[in-house]
Amino acid sequence: MSKRLLVGVFESEDDTLAAIRASRQRGFKVVDVYAPYAVHGVEEAMGLAPSRLPWVVFALGVLGGGLKVWFEFWTTAVDWPVNVGGKPFNSLPAFVPVTFEVMVLFAAVGAVLSFFFVCRLYPAKRAVLPVAGVTDNRFAVVLEETDSTFDPAEVGKMFEKLHAVQVDEQITGEVA
Amino acid sequence: MAEAAIALRPPLIEGDKSIAQVTHDVCAPMEARPTALWWVALLISFSFLLLGAAAIAYQISVGVGTWGLNRTVGWAFDITNFVFWIGIGHAGTLISAILFLFRQRWRTSVNRAAEAMTIFAVMCAGIFPVIHTGRPWFAYWMFPYPNTRGSLWVNFRSPLVWDFFAISTYFTVSAMFWFIGMLPDLATIRDRATAKWRRRLAGLFSLGWNGSYRAWQRYEVVYLMLAGLGTPLVISVHTIVSWDFATAVLPGWHATIFPPYFVAGAIFSGMAMVLTLMIIARKLMRLEDYITLRHIDRMCKLVITTSGIVGLAYGTEFFTALYSGSSYEQFVFLNRALGPLFWGYWTMVGCNVFVPQLLWFRRVRAYVPAVFAICILVNVGMWFERFIIIVTSLSRDFIPANWFHYAPTRVEVATLLGSFGLFFTLFLLFCRFIPVIAVAEVKGVLKYGKPRLESAHE
Repeated sequence: MSKRLLVGVFESEDDTLAAIRASRQRGFKVVDVYAPYAVHGVEEAMGLAPSRLPWVVFALGVLGGGLKVWFEFWTTAVDWPVNVGGKPFNSLPAFVPVTFEVMVLFAAVGAVLSFFFVCRLYPAKRAVLPVAGVTDNRFAVVLEETDSTFDPAEVGKMFEKLHAVQVDEQITGEVA
Repeated sequence: MAEAAIALRPPLIEGDKSIAQVTHDVCAPMEARPTALWWVALLISFSFLLLGAAAIAYQISVGVGTWGLNRTVGWAFDITNFVFWIGIGHAGTLISAILFLFRQRWRTSVNRAAEAMTIFAVMCAGIFPVIHTGRPWFAYWMFPYPNTRGSLWVNFRSPLVWDFFAISTYFTVSAMFWFIGMLPDLATIRDRATAKWRRRLAGLFSLGWNGSYRAWQRYEVVYLMLAGLGTPLVISVHTIVSWDFATAVLPGWHATIFPPYFVAGAIFSGMAMVLTLMIIARKLMRLEDYITLRHIDRMCKLVITTSGIVGLAYGTEFFTALYSGSSYEQFVFLNRALGPLFWGYWTMVGCNVFVPQLLWFRRVRAYVPAVFAICILVNVGMWFERFIIIVTSLSRDFIPANWFHYAPTRVEVATLLGSFGLFFTLFLLFCRFIPVIAVAEVKGVLKYGKPRLESAHE
């Protein structure tokens, strides 16, 4: 399904933030915001829900640590117990360092892979930019023209008042 | 307005840059042809790398007998170099993870290069234990995989196995942290590249990053998670390295002070190495506006802090030996300071405790050549610290009949030089092909220390 989008291009983070706030105040749907760096306060302005990634990381860390404790116990005390200097086969305290490392490994690798997955990032993916320069020095606020009450000319004027350097109308099925 | 401006902190980035200028300043040197100076540096580093490669090929084909080891001193030069390089890496994680958690925004100018240093240093470190296995082609036996020997599993009670897990986790996490931090910059390179190969390559690795804020939001979360995981990780890595020694019963090694002492020493030497590299990089790549004297000043303060911790540890070791009432323990420390390797011990104390005291003076911290010289001396001192800890304890243990001297052979020295060659070759290649400064992060601190009104349009 194609969508009609209105893209306002800005030169500074303050203008971008003002544009997002103004658009949301007037009830427009902010599809996405593009920025060359992580601007403080955009997620609050856009009203994005907090990311659930920390829970994924926590779960994977617990899983990795748990699996590793079981594996160390199973290899050293069950599968082939070897007497090393008379130490008990199940030497739990000695298992702590490796358990910690494996927990970190699971959590970190899991964090990165799930980030790639939820953001649909993969090698050689063709990047879809709303306008050129959003990876350099431009900020873009993308609104969806949801219904006939949306007047692109009027919203364009609002953007220009907020120092937009360019306002574009796009029809696409790809962005967002 | 004047008073308001004075009350602000000084800006982190000098020269009043615009956002586009930051992109240009960092990317332009990569797109231009390399300078003659860069080629000379690369050729020298690469020659050392080749020397090291030849030495490694020789010692693998002939055996570890090419080293100066004997029945008393069973490991010396290789483990010294291993601990030295791992320690170097730790400052990179300190800057990228710990300073991030402490919200030290000045780190943005140096974190990319510091993380690169971490990764390259861990690579250099990894060479030594692998060769020391004697049969490096069986190095994978350290990994607990189901095998036809039983399955006979690795001994999870052994600090050497802990070390294997710690180092490989550390390398993986550091590399991922580095790559995630680089993702937006790779997209910047992709979108401004004119050369086709550069656009293709950057396009392959930038994973289709387009600056969408839905991605930025999760990016920030993942970065924070990795920093939070990296901080205890880096402390665990050098703690485990110190356990390689502390779990042995040898006097001079068997000490509970080792983990904090080693971690502080690692950050101390690593910070000196970051400063060394930054001082070179800011000159070579003309980044004086980004890596300012203030950055150098702050890193110097970290050097003097960790120097203090290391000095305190040296003193504590002597006190513990005295207080222990153990004549073996007391002998080891007297032997370090006054025995056959006394010159190494005093090089270590001189370079690690006395020389850094100069950094108390603002004038010294602001004079770059002096900082450079101090940092080189710190690294010399920290290399000697590991050498002294390892060799003095081993060569003179409980029974005088066992005592034997250790001296490295030419093959061992060539391997050490080769590791420096590898390190600097990789670093120089990094300077050419990857933005040395974290562009997207620096853009976020441009406003730091500037009055809010100036950036508005009125």
